[in-house]
Amino acid sequence: MFARTCAAVFLPQCGQVRNMATLKDITIRLKSIKNIQKITKSMKMVAAAKYSRAERALKPARVYGTGTMALYEKADIKAPEDKNKHLIIGVSSDRGLCGAIHSSVAKAMKREIAKLSGAGKEVMIVNVGDKLRGLLYRTHGKHILINCKEVGRKPPSFTDASVIATELLNSGYEFDQGSIVFNRFRSVISYKTDEKPLFSLDTVASSENMGIYDDIDADVLRNYQEFALVNIIYFGLKESTTSEQSARMTAMDSASKNASEMIDKLTLTFNRTRQAVITKELIEIISGAAALV
Amino acid sequence: MMAARFLLRRAVPALRHARCYADAPAAQMSFTFASPTQVFFKEASVKQIDVPTLTGAFGILPAHVPTLQVLRPGVVTVFNDDGSSTKYFVSSGSVTVNADSSVQLLAEEAVPLDSLDLTMAKANLEKAQSELVGVSGEAARAEVLISMEASEAIVKALE
Repeated sequence: MFARTCAAVFLPQCGQVRNMATLKDITIRLKSIKNIQKITKSMKMVAAAKYSRAERALKPARVYGTGTMALYEKADIKAPEDKNKHLIIGVSSDRGLCGAIHSSVAKAMKREIAKLSGAGKEVMIVNVGDKLRGLLYRTHGKHILINCKEVGRKPPSFTDASVIATELLNSGYEFDQGSIVFNRFRSVISYKTDEKPLFSLDTVASSENMGIYDDIDADVLRNYQEFALVNIIYFGLKESTTSEQSARMTAMDSASKNASEMIDKLTLTFNRTRQAVITKELIEIISGAAALV
Repeated sequence: MMAARFLLRRAVPALRHARCYADAPAAQMSFTFASPTQVFFKEASVKQIDVPTLTGAFGILPAHVPTLQVLRPGVVTVFNDDGSSTKYFVSSGSVTVNADSSVQLLAEEAVPLDSLDLTMAKANLEKAQSELVGVSGEAARAEVLISMEASEAIVKALE
């Protein structure tokens, strides 16, 4: 009888039962969440600074980009429907924690690939940004032509766009028609995944409206097309960076807010637990003293 | 005579009005001149533009025949509506004249001419010329030739 009661008293408190967390657990959790909040706050400020710089650089880049595409719009150049080789350039970046930026571009690209492959055309893609490669290589690995890394660390320059265009032209893939998928910047809180067309040399040369343009020989047209390709890639890069920085700013802002909420709740729990522990100790002391009496 | 002068003075503003309305927007040129980092003109209305292209320099006025051209290093002169002109140095790029008289001049690098320094340009030219002697390999040679052409054009423009 004595042995059995002794065994019952010394039964350990741990086990599958989830008690109220001890003070130590809550303290550890509180400290880690406070650290996370500091980090997300500083990331938000960095993103805000980069965003304002990117937006200022976007203004001339937009005029430049619309000027480049003016020819294709005014001459109403359309690719013939029966062409087989397509190219999709997806513009994103290397870093995450920016909301749905990468996944929206990847989703648009997957949709396009499915549509074109279903119609029997050959599609190749160029990934600008490591995140896109991660999202696409498993399911669409055989469509990938070029991957670009180290995108997003520094603001994109015209040189970067020309490097991408040179690689594309040197790869030897003679595409008939293409498009560039990027996130177009609308405002601080919104962006839209957009697609702009790219035309190959043959398409432009054989388009009917080109006849009105005077004095064009093949060499001039080739130079012009290559330059236009770089310009469009540059435009896509600029828009994409601005959207990415604004999305990161919003994401980090909501992360900091969530962290503050969690800290408030945890602090309340901490205080309640602390008071419960004190009360328990008091009860023990008092009942112990009462037992002695 | 006073009456005549008074009539003349009344008539002239009317004439000026008539002339203004006659210059209707039909023959206006919408000029966009930009580099990747800077916009110089955005859908502005100008009188004439002189551009240096691979096939030679030519001037563009409103209602110019549509054309596409590639630029070479040289000076672009823009003649504004009020008669003044500004010069810019462009390194390369493209110019598009569309059927509706809109002109897009996209330069890879463009600077106003007064921000270029003649002595530095001459020094660059000499450096490029001396590099040309010792260079080997197609790509490197092409690069040196390009920098020589650009420096020559800058020196010519500034002199």
